[in-house]
Amino acid sequence: MPLLKNNAFVADDWVHLDDDTPVADQQRVTVSVERLVRDWDDLVRFPGLLGVRLTNTSREHDLTPYVPQLALIALPFPAYTDGRSYSLARQLRLDGYQSELRATGNILPDQLQFMLQVGFDTFEVPERFGLDVWQKASRQMSLAYQRGLFRKAGEREVWSERHQGFTPWEEQPHAG
Amino acid sequence: MYRYDEFDHQFVGERTAQFRDQANRRLSGEMSEDEFRPLRLMNGLYLQLHAYMLRVAIPYGTLSSRQMRQLGMIADKYDKGYGHFTTRQNIQYNWIKLEDAADILQALADVEMHAIQTSGNCIRNVTTDHWAGAAADEISDPRPVGELIRQWSSLHPEFSFLPRKFKIAITGAPHDRAAVKVHDIGMRLHRNDKGEAGWEVMVGGGQGRTPMIAVTVREFLPEKELIPYLEAIMRVYNLYGRRDNKYKARIKILVHEIGAEKFRSEVEAEYARHPQQQTQVEERELSRITAYFADPKFEKLSRFNPAFEDARRGNAAFARWAKNNLATHKKDGYAIVNISLKAPGEIPGDATGEQMRVMADLAERYSHDELRVSHAQNIVLPHVKLSDVFAVWQALSEHGLGAANYGLAGDIIACPGLDYCSLATARSIPIAQAISRRFADFDREQDIGNIKINISGCINACGHHHVGHIGILGLDKAGEEYYQITLGGSSSENAAIGTILGPGFAFEDVPDVIEKILATYLKTRHAGEEFLATYRRVGAKPFKEALYAAA
Amino acid sequence: MSEIEKGQVMTANRLRDGEVVFLTRAGVWSEKIDEAVLALEPQAKAALETRALDDVKKTLVTGQYFFDAERINGRIRANHFRERVRTLGPSVRPDLGKQANGTAGGFPVFKD
Repeated sequence: MPLLKNNAFVADDWVHLDDDTPVADQQRVTVSVERLVRDWDDLVRFPGLLGVRLTNTSREHDLTPYVPQLALIALPFPAYTDGRSYSLARQLRLDGYQSELRATGNILPDQLQFMLQVGFDTFEVPERFGLDVWQKASRQMSLAYQRGLFRKAGEREVWSERHQGFTPWEEQPHAG
Repeated sequence: MYRYDEFDHQFVGERTAQFRDQANRRLSGEMSEDEFRPLRLMNGLYLQLHAYMLRVAIPYGTLSSRQMRQLGMIADKYDKGYGHFTTRQNIQYNWIKLEDAADILQALADVEMHAIQTSGNCIRNVTTDHWAGAAADEISDPRPVGELIRQWSSLHPEFSFLPRKFKIAITGAPHDRAAVKVHDIGMRLHRNDKGEAGWEVMVGGGQGRTPMIAVTVREFLPEKELIPYLEAIMRVYNLYGRRDNKYKARIKILVHEIGAEKFRSEVEAEYARHPQQQTQVEERELSRITAYFADPKFEKLSRFNPAFEDARRGNAAFARWAKNNLATHKKDGYAIVNISLKAPGEIPGDATGEQMRVMADLAERYSHDELRVSHAQNIVLPHVKLSDVFAVWQALSEHGLGAANYGLAGDIIACPGLDYCSLATARSIPIAQAISRRFADFDREQDIGNIKINISGCINACGHHHVGHIGILGLDKAGEEYYQITLGGSSSENAAIGTILGPGFAFEDVPDVIEKILATYLKTRHAGEEFLATYRRVGAKPFKEALYAAA
Repeated sequence: MSEIEKGQVMTANRLRDGEVVFLTRAGVWSEKIDEAVLALEPQAKAALETRALDDVKKTLVTGQYFFDAERINGRIRANHFRERVRTLGPSVRPDLGKQANGTAGGFPVFKD
């Protein structure tokens, strides 16, 4: 499955481990949220970069103690109509999580911009769409009415455009 | 009223272009129906029984004359010469071609309108009091907040794939004309001792197969906290609302299953957990919007207008209409004119392109260029000078718009039902037509007085039958249309869900059933007592006896 | 009394304008229910289904499904009133839809 990041297909340099494979000898690993909690005492000593794969029934605040150690959080879209991960992403970003936020599962081009706006920065996308489709989809709309969104797709916030002189709250740094 | 600035124009323009591209990709076969369906629905385009149907948003029910004329143009050019005003203050066109849909959206964008989020599992068109800005009992015009919510909810990236559709209604008056307690979120404006405005926030009301009255989660929310607080509610719903069963996916089920207390604490915890300053309502944005809703330049007039009084004395038909169809305006010498789209035997909520133009012209000439659509499927001219009311009535009457039954038995709410809707289980329009014909005699209808008869053609309750004083629900019983009757519902500040009276009735029996219910009321009422009050006093028993005793 | 045949009709909406259409013996979509194939056995039904799915792919029609119907004196009557509404148009607007343009089915929505 291609990985989309900053409008390009990139290689996935993360290793996604199941719940029993040891983490040793890896640079970057993700584990399930169950394993993260279960093996935390070991994982916290892992010298490489650590990521977690959440389910979309995870509660964001249960994750709070672990977040500072995480370099990747992957959130699933089991169906494109299941919008829970939009809110999980927003919660994580609002709480200051600044590393990579990855969308996995059922992702369609017409949703890409929404995902960017709530703070996702990498996307495991289906193969049937070419890069040009994703590039176009990332900037379908050049304006957003909402405040406090992430504007990685380059769209402008209507509110701050209207009220020149207002400094929008800080742009969040991009992952990686 | 609100006018688009360059950003609003650009936003709707881009969205229209995006839809044109999507429709072209569908027509050329590049996109499958499964991929296209959610996209067309997000732009208000349904596939119904006979053709595509386009639902156009009329934010908080407010229209300018120019907009109403454009709606008439669309009816004539792209539909079959008419449109249907809905219980959510929208308009629907029933005979739309997919190949015309993008052109129609462009015609709407030309007059600062759109069909964004009139369908789909997202935040729908925000509705409000159809007398907003004109009503004598109003604390403050709720429409600036309505516009704020419209913009905030438009293509909200976090809340476009909710468990189910989401409807918000707001009112700025103590007398609730917007049915806020039967919405997913209802808000009502209050003013505290210091004169500050705050919103009572109610959550979890709704109709459909599980009707519920909303519970208050905040008594008095300061206006600047409105958007962050709404985001907290929406986030709790988006994360925890049920997605395993479409019929249990509305927020009312979540509130009901976890309980109001637990729901409230989830919302408050979510609200407290995250910073709010990014989404707070900024004074300068709210005042920018509010400026658009400033009162028109009202003249200083006397409360009493001799010409109006003379016309009433001299013309019995006008007097009857004026008695029912006018409401008290906040300014002396003005009236709110309610145009009934319910002439006896006509289809509730339907208006022809020609009628739309007539109403637009009247609004331009006599009502400061403004019209409203009510959730009861009528049209309002909000600011008419008493001295002009007679001329307005004459013009309305010439075009089949002079029905004097506003608020009476013939003023029936009815969904499109099986005549148009692919979800319907029975027809509702012909039931409404038969009842309104039955009670067309003015003196009799006047004697019965204020009553709300609401008809839905299926359990989804678009015709608001649960909150009708008399509710009628059309079902399919073994291949025959069959109608259940509920009594005692109300969508006002004393909201209540009606109670099913007993076994249902065949299509042709419904008018007689309504006749018997109303005859029972007339026999039972105290002097001056309205139907709902009588029902609440005596209960269902005498009505049941009247309907079922003989059987 | 003539014999009544019971079967199923394949229906859909034309993609470009939404018009209600029925699949005919010639394999084309007609606005008139009386030109539809009444599939009497599974084989005929399967053939209609294949054709319909093909036309959905070719973006001629959308929303295809079967409904139960019967042939009486050479004309096709849908069993359920919902489908009879679709063969006629809105009962409250006899001036519109198939009932007004000569493509109506031969049976009223409800008993005469």
